[in-house]
Amino acid sequence: MKTPIQFRLNGEEVATFVEGGANLLDTLRESVGDLSVKGGCWQGTCGTCTVLIDGVPRLSCVTLAETCAGHSVETVAGLRRGADLHPLQSAFMERFAAQCGYCTPGMLMAAKALLDKNPNPTRENVVDAICGNICRCTGYEPIINAVLDAARSDSRRRA
Amino acid sequence: MLEFRKDIFADERDDNLKEVGQPTQRQDMLGHVTGTSPYYDDHRFANLLHLKILRSPHAHARIRSIDDAAAARAPGVKRIIRAADVPVNLNTLLSLIQFGKDDEPSLATDVVRYKGEPILGIVATSERAALEAMALVRVSYDQLPAVFDVEEAMKPGAPSVNAAYPKNTFEYYNKYDHQKLRYGDADAAFAQADIVLDERYQMSPIEHAPTETNGSIAVPDTNGRFIVYTSTQALFFSLDTSAKINAMPSNQLHFIGGTVGGGFGGKVDTLTEPLAILAARLTGSPVRYRLSRHEEMQFGSPRGGERIFIKDGIMRDGRIVARTVRAYFDSGAYTRLSSYAVVKCAAHIPGPYTIPNVSADVFCVFTNRTPATAMRGFGVTALDFALECQMDKGATAVGMDPLEFRMLNAYRDGDMKAHRREAKNCALIECAQVAAEKANWALRDEFRRMSSRQGGGAARAGAAADRSRAPAPAAPSHAPASTPQRVSYERPTPAAAPPRPAPPAPPPRSAMPPPAASPAGSTHGAPRFSSVFGTRRR
Amino acid sequence: MTINVKTFPRLADAASALSQERGARFLAGGTLVMRAVNEADPSIETIVRSTDPSFVNISVSSGRVELGAGVTMAAILAERELSFLHPVARAVGGPAVREAATVGGNLFAPSPYGDFAAALLALDATVMLAGGVGQRELPLDEFLSRRDRGAVLVSSVAFKRPASDAFRFVKVTRVHPKGISVLSISAQLPTASGRVSGARIAYGAMGPAPVRAKAAERALEGRTLDSAGVAPALAVAHDGTAPHDDAIASAWWRREILPIHLRRLLLGEHPPRHS
Repeated sequence: MKTPIQFRLNGEEVATFVEGGANLLDTLRESVGDLSVKGGCWQGTCGTCTVLIDGVPRLSCVTLAETCAGHSVETVAGLRRGADLHPLQSAFMERFAAQCGYCTPGMLMAAKALLDKNPNPTRENVVDAICGNICRCTGYEPIINAVLDAARSDSRRRA
Repeated sequence: MLEFRKDIFADERDDNLKEVGQPTQRQDMLGHVTGTSPYYDDHRFANLLHLKILRSPHAHARIRSIDDAAAARAPGVKRIIRAADVPVNLNTLLSLIQFGKDDEPSLATDVVRYKGEPILGIVATSERAALEAMALVRVSYDQLPAVFDVEEAMKPGAPSVNAAYPKNTFEYYNKYDHQKLRYGDADAAFAQADIVLDERYQMSPIEHAPTETNGSIAVPDTNGRFIVYTSTQALFFSLDTSAKINAMPSNQLHFIGGTVGGGFGGKVDTLTEPLAILAARLTGSPVRYRLSRHEEMQFGSPRGGERIFIKDGIMRDGRIVARTVRAYFDSGAYTRLSSYAVVKCAAHIPGPYTIPNVSADVFCVFTNRTPATAMRGFGVTALDFALECQMDKGATAVGMDPLEFRMLNAYRDGDMKAHRREAKNCALIECAQVAAEKANWALRDEFRRMSSRQGGGAARAGAAADRSRAPAPAAPSHAPASTPQRVSYERPTPAAAPPRPAPPAPPPRSAMPPPAASPAGSTHGAPRFSSVFGTRRR
Repeated sequence: MTINVKTFPRLADAASALSQERGARFLAGGTLVMRAVNEADPSIETIVRSTDPSFVNISVSSGRVELGAGVTMAAILAERELSFLHPVARAVGGPAVREAATVGGNLFAPSPYGDFAAALLALDATVMLAGGVGQRELPLDEFLSRRDRGAVLVSSVAFKRPASDAFRFVKVTRVHPKGISVLSISAQLPTASGRVSGARIAYGAMGPAPVRAKAAERALEGRTLDSAGVAPALAVAHDGTAPHDDAIASAWWRREILPIHLRRLLLGEHPPRHS
């Protein structure tokens, strides 16, 4: 017996049916068709699947999909505004903050959660914000620098 | 960003580098930051089936019986895949270049040789259904004695791990149980040395743990062809291996990949594609075989642990006069790429140092561990760790600065290497000098004045005498004359070689003068740094 | 097998379902249960949830704190009155885990997880159980000794507010700023005239469940928190511990470093974030 759920994904209403026990990661990828979310462990330990639910970072692989009914979910697919990249996306590009790219969607969402609440983070704030996201390629420094750059460029734009 | 020290070897450069040293954006960076880079699993198919593998819980056991009847009837199960279903159920990756015997089954037949070895495949409408069916399979085992230590595995009476190599060592040229290097007389040199340093180094196996696990999706296409989306680092390896195991012509396979969510060598073994394709053939549906994180750790190949013994004979003035290396690569239960790791290791000994007496024996050993494979400079990185720890200990033993100790012993142009090739285009001394400068590490004047281009050649102990004993260049230097196993890597002499085709003209760039004629006839800017195109002296 | 998800507005009904439904497991944050579901754990057939507001309620009065079992680590970090617990909550996972991990879930987390439960043990917490014959309250250490038996639903935990600055915590990990515990130490060190009176010390990852270091507590009674004063406690630091080998650390290593970190904690030597 499947359960219908409806929620806002990147600003748009989506609806689907889920099996009992379905996690949000598989629901987004397999049912809704948002392939921008990636899965690394399905154990809640690597952070690759990080999305925002009501603005707060969550691990979609260990989130029961039906708990999102009526809530707002954000993924990487919703970051850019039309042709314009989000400042975080531009900063990641400029700082070479991705190599294989697989952790990147999760990293971007974790960073967005930080900047949306704290537009002027310290380096320590950034490290804490991404400490739940594993990267096997970059050594994290380029990612930390990219997030700080994005914060600075954002504040310049708003100034 | 990058600092170029073009003052070093300035007379050898024609300085026509256009791309090196300039930051260039990755062609897939935009895809990465927008979440649109297409990893193998970023494709959706109607009626996708899921392949899960039942694996051995034991390190070494005989399979007495498998009862999969209940699993075959379980809800959602479309097909059970047994060992007998695999068309060619024995392979080794490097059989593609005729190196090594087929030793590894896709699905175990009578014996399991490591914890995690695949035994049975279950194809179902969901991963959950496959896992629930798997719980219904009954396998009975007779456990066998297991061996986990490389030296234990080589003792007489040790459990025999790999049926193709019953003595637990890979065979080179169908005859030798190790790779051997001999140069000069190390034993005699030890007797003359002031200090003898004999040490043992042990690595742990290392798991690549890429963020994306190994996986593939095989999709039936028209006319008996299959499209395979895969995480592999090695599309051609994987395609050809899959064709062999499935006994199908390779032109029936279309492999799509190249977007790898982290590989580091852990996605070269073609772990999932052959059975995914077989499952697609047997069911007529697209099939995904994706390793769970637990499987990636247990079944995905690690870089095998290496045990390395290094014995150095050192004179009081700091010269290393003898080095012997005995190294054991833990290949786990099957060969995968460890046979090649051993060759690389042997080729790397004794490190970038001129040592007149060198002896090395390097073994590829089978144990009941997860089969080991490539990882980030495998064959060399662990050896380098051991060699450089040894160099530090040597420096301490003679009371010398560790950087100066290395510079003293470093190759110089014209030295004879233990592999009977003349050292050329050496640059270790210059690298050490720049590193010292950057680290504010004081070097004595004599060492700040050293050069790779001075002091080498016949002046270095043993070089002249041994050069006269060097075999003719045409024969591989370490193979017996009667049965060369593989093609020599020696380049043909200039008279016999076909003319090298001119490289394609570089794409037009703004306001760049054409490169001046390069020194020594090479077409690249810095022959010292190009091992492929640099001049070779015989 | 399909899984049934049942959500109850009242916690008591959730508790009933937990004991009546076959293969029932209570879902709070999901870090433990959803992982098991993803791995097709056959023992889970029914997921039981509750939307009861009391489940996520934080109540802080002058003397007493009561935390609903569904209160997340993030909610604790957002509560200024609970600042003494912030080092503990911050050490649980990264930001996303903290938004899901709950007080109640931590009580069931197997070693080497469960640092928040260890902190509650040092705070002499009691556990409120829902269902059965109304609410039942029992001391946390008694609860921990029988947490693997039967289906119980924790509705809240409660403890007396510690004296200001009397609560200390350190988590020893290999990965900073967050990582799985090699071990953790929570300590409540009230003093009277500069001497310890009624200390409570609890360890995480030094046994199958968080454990009180009662011998060390007794050895600290009446002592000053200086080198000489803490020495007797260090001598019996290991009493009651039974660490094991896991992927994070060996039992031997945990035993070796325990007295070192206990000493630093008692002397106030730990740097604020790292260990």
